[in-house]
Amino acid sequence: MNTETNQHDPLRVAITGGTSGLGLALVEALHRRGAQVAFVARDAERVTRTVRRLPGTHGIVGDIARKDDAHRIALQVTAALGGLDVLVNNASSLGPVPLRALADTDCEDLETALATNLVGPFRLTKALLGALSAAARNSLQSGRRAIVMNIGSDAALTPYAGWGAYGASKAALIHLSRIWDEELQPHGVRVLARDPGDMDTPLHALALPDTDPATLKRPQQAALEIIAAIEAARNGAPVGATDQQIGIT
Amino acid sequence: MRAATRPVQRPPDARLLTVDAEGALRDLARSRLPELFEAGDVLIANDAATLPASLTGMHAPSGAPIEVRLAGRRSLDTADVHRFTAIVFGAGDHRITTEQRAAPPLLHVGDALMLGPLIATVRGVLDHPRLIELDFDGPPDRVWAGIAAHGRPIQYAHVAEPLALWDVWTAVAARPVAFEPPSAGFVLDWSVLAALQQRGVGFHTLTHAAGISSTGDTALDARLPLDEAYEIPQRAVAAIAAAKESGHRVIALGTTVARALEHAGAQHEPLRPGPGVATQRIGPETTLRVVDAIISGTHQPGTSHYELLRAFASDAVLARADRVLERQHYRTHEFGDSVWIERAAERVQPRSNLKTATLASRFGQRRTTEPFWIPNESRMRKPSRRASTSKSA
Repeated sequence: MNTETNQHDPLRVAITGGTSGLGLALVEALHRRGAQVAFVARDAERVTRTVRRLPGTHGIVGDIARKDDAHRIALQVTAALGGLDVLVNNASSLGPVPLRALADTDCEDLETALATNLVGPFRLTKALLGALSAAARNSLQSGRRAIVMNIGSDAALTPYAGWGAYGASKAALIHLSRIWDEELQPHGVRVLARDPGDMDTPLHALALPDTDPATLKRPQQAALEIIAAIEAARNGAPVGATDQQIGIT
Repeated sequence: MRAATRPVQRPPDARLLTVDAEGALRDLARSRLPELFEAGDVLIANDAATLPASLTGMHAPSGAPIEVRLAGRRSLDTADVHRFTAIVFGAGDHRITTEQRAAPPLLHVGDALMLGPLIATVRGVLDHPRLIELDFDGPPDRVWAGIAAHGRPIQYAHVAEPLALWDVWTAVAARPVAFEPPSAGFVLDWSVLAALQQRGVGFHTLTHAAGISSTGDTALDARLPLDEAYEIPQRAVAAIAAAKESGHRVIALGTTVARALEHAGAQHEPLRPGPGVATQRIGPETTLRVVDAIISGTHQPGTSHYELLRAFASDAVLARADRVLERQHYRTHEFGDSVWIERAAERVQPRSNLKTATLASRFGQRRTTEPFWIPNESRMRKPSRRASTSKSA
């Protein structure tokens, strides 16, 4: 992102789930590169701590699964950054923990997973679409796209037993991304989904506590790959199989 | 007219009254809006998102309940979120008409106002007991978070149910700088934008801090609109220049867009991008330099919005339009129906290379100075009127 990290035209990015795992790694990496970063998380104390550690970032306390929070979050994002070039919908819910077979999953747990992994990103993206399309429209470098990056999972493609609520909600998010991408391309906004791979994150530990972390990808590595994909799409690179077909990274 | 009492941005039966440059009127389903544009025209909208600018709380020195309505800011700068112009009411809420709202306690410079998580200090009592300048305490992010958490959209008695932010944000809402919604923009959704794009119509936005539309106080209302900060992007300016150059039209979506463009247009010719603060009033004496047509809500004579429309069309034409709005039961206020008003032919500056095609020619309709409109079947009361009108059509 060399072209955008100078003082005059820093990239403006919002990341949900920004205080742990991949979200935090994205906040750190983008902050290091000089981007203007706003991040969202539910826990006020962790938000404050992250802002203290990364001065200049903007921490927003909110829960994307809550209908009433979406516009409040959007307001604070665009207020803090003065606009928005990239939204990363990263915050995710596993559904019931420990993981449970679908037939043993309560409807409420499925709804919770859908609220966080599907409806929340939909609502927040809608609330920020005006800002994203304005960024694309007003970009002085002709053809620069605004980007929505939805974090997917290979559980969206492969039917892993026990991953029903999570897998189904991520599958829906990915298909939503594909359709939205078709619809919004004429307005200069790309909607991508990408599988970051199995990472050593709190979410993974919650799902599979017995996995040896050494066998997992570091979230910092995944963050760099996500950023590279965002930058390629911003510059108008055709979005290939790796971006759209989850599971191939 | 009748009040639009439900917060629905795009009711399926919304109407659009068009007034062309010759003064001919036409009553259309608003869904036909894209048909009014020609390839090469440019539509400029206000992409300001609306702040939850109504903050309830307490006047610390007296303990009296108050409602503070944020109404103005010096700039759109994200960090400049401390000093606001504000209108203060006493006890009560939006269900009481502003005219009947209690006065605030006597306010003095230095008074603290406790507004939920926000603390503000009165910095100036302007020349009206309800009009103050205040400063919020704390770093910008905390002020924004406080406004987001505690504020509610400013609303009026004609809409009973409490408004949510999504009720007052247009589809293109971006930076949260408007105090009331730039409601002409409610006509837009992404399918309208796609339809315009297909027709070869340019779409651009500026950002204008749309202010308060009514205070309930005659003396204060007479001062509206208050100064409003705006910012015009370079891309919008380039698109406007290209449209003018090629003889196409610049259409303003809303009075705020017209105010910003005409303010900037009066400062520099040709128009320049960048920030500004619109301080002018637009009225019958105003020479329009940039905007060729305006899409707006329906407005009552005497309001500042109506005054602005008088820059586009003569009083006689607007009076005829008003009669049609009445007769056809158009809805008024922010969730109401719309008008499209072209700058009257006689007001086009001679040196302008404005294209002279009007609505009438575009619709293959004869030009007339008589009221000429197709009745809206759904609101017709007397069947005989339909017969007589369709005959004249």
